[in-house]
Amino acid sequence: MKLGSCIVKTPGHRTRFLLCAKSPQVCSSTTISIQALLQTLAVAPWDSEMKRMKGDEEGGTSSKSPPEACKKVRKQMREESEAAAGATGESSGGDWARLPQELLLHIFQYLPLLDRAYASQVCRGWNQAFHMPELWRCFEFELNQPASSYLKATHPDLIKQIIKRHSNHLQYVSFKVDSSTESAEAACDILSQLVNCSLKTLGLISTARPSFMEVPKSHFISALTVVFVNSKSLSSLKIDDTPVDDPSLKVLVANNSDTLKLLKMSSCPHVSPAGILCVADQCHGLRELALNYHLLSDELLLALSSEKHVHLEHLRIDVVSENPGQHFHTIKRSSWDAMVRHSPKFNLVMYFFLYEDEFGPFFNEEIPVTHLYFGRSVSKEVLGRVGLHCPRLVELVVCANGLRPLDEELIRIAKHCTQLSAIGLGECEVSCSAFVEFVKMCGRRLSQLSIMEEVLIPDHKYSLDEIHWEVSKHLGRVWFPDMMPTW
Amino acid sequence: MVVNSVHWFRKGLRLHDNPALQEALNGADTVRCVYILDPWFAGAANVGINRWRFLLEALEDLDSSLKKLNSRLFVVRGQPTDVFPRLLKEWKVTRLTFEYDPEPYGKERDGAIIKMAQEFGVETIVRNSHTLYNLDRIIEMNNSSPPLTFKRFQTIVSRLELPRRPLPPITQQQMDKCHTKIADNHDQLYSIPSLEELGFRTEGLPAAVWQGGESEALDRLNKHLDKKVWVANFEHPRVNTCSLYASPTGLSPYLRFGCLSCRVLYYNLRELYMKLRKRCSPPLSLFGQLLWREFFYTAATNNPNFDRMEGNPICVQIPWDQNPEALAKWAEGRTGFPWIDAIMTQLRQEGWIHHLARHAVACFLTRGDLWISWESGMKVFEELLLDADWSVNAGSWMWLSCSAFFQQFFHCYCPVGFGRRTDPSGDYIRRYIPILKDYPNRYIYEPWNAPESVQKAANCVVGVDYPKPMINHAEGSRLNIERMKQVYQQLSHYRGLSLLASVPTIQEEAEPPMTDESQTSSGPDSPPRGPADTEAACCSTAPDSSTVCASSTCATHPDLTDTTNNHPSQTPCTFSGSHTQSSAAITSTSASHTLSTTIPTSPAQSPVSRSKPSSPSSSCPTLSPASSPAATPNQTSSLGPRRKGLTRKARRSQRQRGRQSCTPTAKDGERRSEEEREEAAAAGGEERMEEDTEQNEERMEEEMS
Repeated sequence: MKLGSCIVKTPGHRTRFLLCAKSPQVCSSTTISIQALLQTLAVAPWDSEMKRMKGDEEGGTSSKSPPEACKKVRKQMREESEAAAGATGESSGGDWARLPQELLLHIFQYLPLLDRAYASQVCRGWNQAFHMPELWRCFEFELNQPASSYLKATHPDLIKQIIKRHSNHLQYVSFKVDSSTESAEAACDILSQLVNCSLKTLGLISTARPSFMEVPKSHFISALTVVFVNSKSLSSLKIDDTPVDDPSLKVLVANNSDTLKLLKMSSCPHVSPAGILCVADQCHGLRELALNYHLLSDELLLALSSEKHVHLEHLRIDVVSENPGQHFHTIKRSSWDAMVRHSPKFNLVMYFFLYEDEFGPFFNEEIPVTHLYFGRSVSKEVLGRVGLHCPRLVELVVCANGLRPLDEELIRIAKHCTQLSAIGLGECEVSCSAFVEFVKMCGRRLSQLSIMEEVLIPDHKYSLDEIHWEVSKHLGRVWFPDMMPTW
Repeated sequence: MVVNSVHWFRKGLRLHDNPALQEALNGADTVRCVYILDPWFAGAANVGINRWRFLLEALEDLDSSLKKLNSRLFVVRGQPTDVFPRLLKEWKVTRLTFEYDPEPYGKERDGAIIKMAQEFGVETIVRNSHTLYNLDRIIEMNNSSPPLTFKRFQTIVSRLELPRRPLPPITQQQMDKCHTKIADNHDQLYSIPSLEELGFRTEGLPAAVWQGGESEALDRLNKHLDKKVWVANFEHPRVNTCSLYASPTGLSPYLRFGCLSCRVLYYNLRELYMKLRKRCSPPLSLFGQLLWREFFYTAATNNPNFDRMEGNPICVQIPWDQNPEALAKWAEGRTGFPWIDAIMTQLRQEGWIHHLARHAVACFLTRGDLWISWESGMKVFEELLLDADWSVNAGSWMWLSCSAFFQQFFHCYCPVGFGRRTDPSGDYIRRYIPILKDYPNRYIYEPWNAPESVQKAANCVVGVDYPKPMINHAEGSRLNIERMKQVYQQLSHYRGLSLLASVPTIQEEAEPPMTDESQTSSGPDSPPRGPADTEAACCSTAPDSSTVCASSTCATHPDLTDTTNNHPSQTPCTFSGSHTQSSAAITSTSASHTLSTTIPTSPAQSPVSRSKPSSPSSSCPTLSPASSPAATPNQTSSLGPRRKGLTRKARRSQRQRGRQSCTPTAKDGERRSEEEREEAAAAGGEERMEEDTEQNEERMEEEMS
């Protein structure tokens, strides 16, 4: 607690980085580049660093700023501790080094990596704390190329150091990769070096284009299987938009079937319905699953609702049309019923990106969908079917519809979808009075009501100016339609 | 003492409602109107030929109007800082006047000039006339930070007094009092440059669709008002094919260059409305466009980084792609989507496109399809769009790319369907992409889907004569909606399944109705008004009625101060969250499930921090997890404890909304807690299921099994 008090008491902005370390002014005020700092860190653990600093001071050749900054920070720290000691009437500045590791760890946990790195330059104890395994359980690799991204990347030297010193500590790892193939390949390279760790969570996230799809499949698969084989207790895996295939899923199942709980693999074109069925058959703890519609089958639903299987919580299905007029298979109502019987509370999230004429196979029978997103234009008729066959619907988002108002459809949805609490309408049309009626029927359970202003067509009963009053009244809170700049 | 005035024109290229110019004339012995222009800079600047042409025409018009008053416009070549010292000496200037420029760059430039003028002993007079309101006043009323939602902005504006009344145009009489001799070689020294002189090739340049200048602007204003009378409808007109074409009643470029005073437009609209609707006070929506302009000006005036993502506290950090080829295809109208290409062609040829068309192309470039930074699009608009104001342009781009202002992002304009809704026949496309003119209506928005025979019959084979679509829209929008969701979920700390709930919103928005000044006398067709109050009846007769304040509106809302405080302080925190700092990469869809199935957020769990949940952790929001948006750059140092508390409040409401919208999930979580407990115990954590979801969630953010 002494630490807390001295930090607060000490004036000067640089001190503050201990508590609110994310301010860029702080970083810039120490005038060192992140890169340079990470370099020092990566190359020089504490002991060798002293020598290096001396070398730098004499030779003055290599990047000069980091040691200077370290010195600055250290000097600052000393001043602070002295100041604090003065203020609290204590004798020396030795307190800093004697700070219990637990306390230090606690503080470090609130610091972003860069600030921990700064702090680790202060003294030997702090440097040791910097390397405590607890601080390295979770890491996010950001792999970006200057040519394809505006964002900074994790410094290669830091990556090296993590692999060397901390890979056995890693448990929760994600890779954020920009649109370049190099970045995705770099992620695969790192993955294939993670041989001595046991991951619980792995996420491969493409932040722009799906760049993992550009990596040679064999390279990707071999990297991924390294993790599958070495980590015996993977519980969450997010590998959307990757070239993962059936054999690699088999490896996953062989090694992690007891622990796997979450699997997100939307748009993985190399996986077949049989491949995912194998996962569902073996991994009885699977609670969340995301995949594309072409992998969804009656067998899969039955496997997920087998007695051995835990209750499913979330099933996310993306229905994407690759070319217009594509035909989609249907899922039997009995399979859905089996799912609902087995997991009565499960959420079924469906995202549709279809041409209007491709909806034929959908919503003809009751389906336990809870969250519906129509990313492209969807016909009145389909929305009418939604109103009839989706009794569990919680959220409905319609990005576009034809030119005829959706009045009856909305009323029907309000009537039958008694769980509905969120709705979003984009390029649609609804008459103001039908909309008011809809809101009135749903009432206060509509916690999300996002309607573009153009959607609402004034009629004899309500003008645009009046409608927000009327709707607000029924919602019990102030509501306005969403606006877009008219400029 | 002799008063030699110089009025410096920049924007505000007009003689009507020009308070700074009036100041220049006031009691002066001589007056010179200057415009400073650097021809060498012209070619290098990112401004297209249409914008230069518009500017030059506006200057010509100004010069000819001044000629009629026996004066002239002095166009001086160079940079203001170089030019002024010479002019001030040469003309023995004692007074310098110009219109206030609220934009950060302009403020800086003007600051330097004012300082220089002081050194020369020259008095400077600056008057606000480019915006309706004093922007600093709006910011002040919003607790010293610009309102970040349009609703909020409208609320503030509705509490302000009416804008100042416009001033009359300067008169011959005024000008005669300070007659300044025009040198014989005036045209040699101070003429308006030609486009050629600025380095543009004008061969084959089609006639301007938008003619620059104050005269044209006033002409259009009359047509604009006539049209309103004719339509007798002040609502948003429904958009149709016609709306897409340049209209002879369009005013936006004229407001941009100040050829038309926004206050003149404001009062004309207002008076017309009151005349037609009999005493009924106009709703704010009447001034829609003008207020959007003010809104963005207010948001930008103190933010020099308003036009970029980096270092811009109101801009969400989105991991846009850099892809120069795709950007070029978009900018040059070669995307293969006729709707997008037609709009970009119209923009390039004419310098103006309808706002819905702007939405379409902006969405396509950014969050809808190409996932390219809004900054790139903004620069293209800056080059081509006649009405591109720095603030309005950047602001609109942030808005349209859902980078700021708390926009729902679920809705992506479809590059096929959106156009078809607006113009089912596709005539707009045929006009700007003639090669597609023989396509049947059915395929004109998606020629790649036309059978080969149709393509051949239309003399335009896709892939040969017209590009194939550069992206699969369905696939692109699927990817992008996920990315947006990812970004926003990290901002809002919302982990539920609802897409709509991912966007942070401001509960404090709750606000009463708005008219530009509330009043009791509602006409039979007017909306019911809540808090009634009477407008000072003399409003329209008062010469410069800047004092008319709807004060009773304030009185009826005791929560007013509270709302003003809450909202703005909350916003910057929420929005500065850089996605790079958040590490909840795999967002488990169930909040209560976070424990075991997601990457925990930054503070790694340890024996020490494990005890935290039981302590009253909520009392130290500063120490909320490192991924908390509150603990992000820029803000941290300036955040008072109150502000942090508010972020917290917003997050709480966010959670509540999350809970509501996926009730099954929450319940499910409770039920499952048994299992979780076991697991947590195995990992050495002491798990306590708590009723308080907030605490619970907060812990889970830190939890590491």
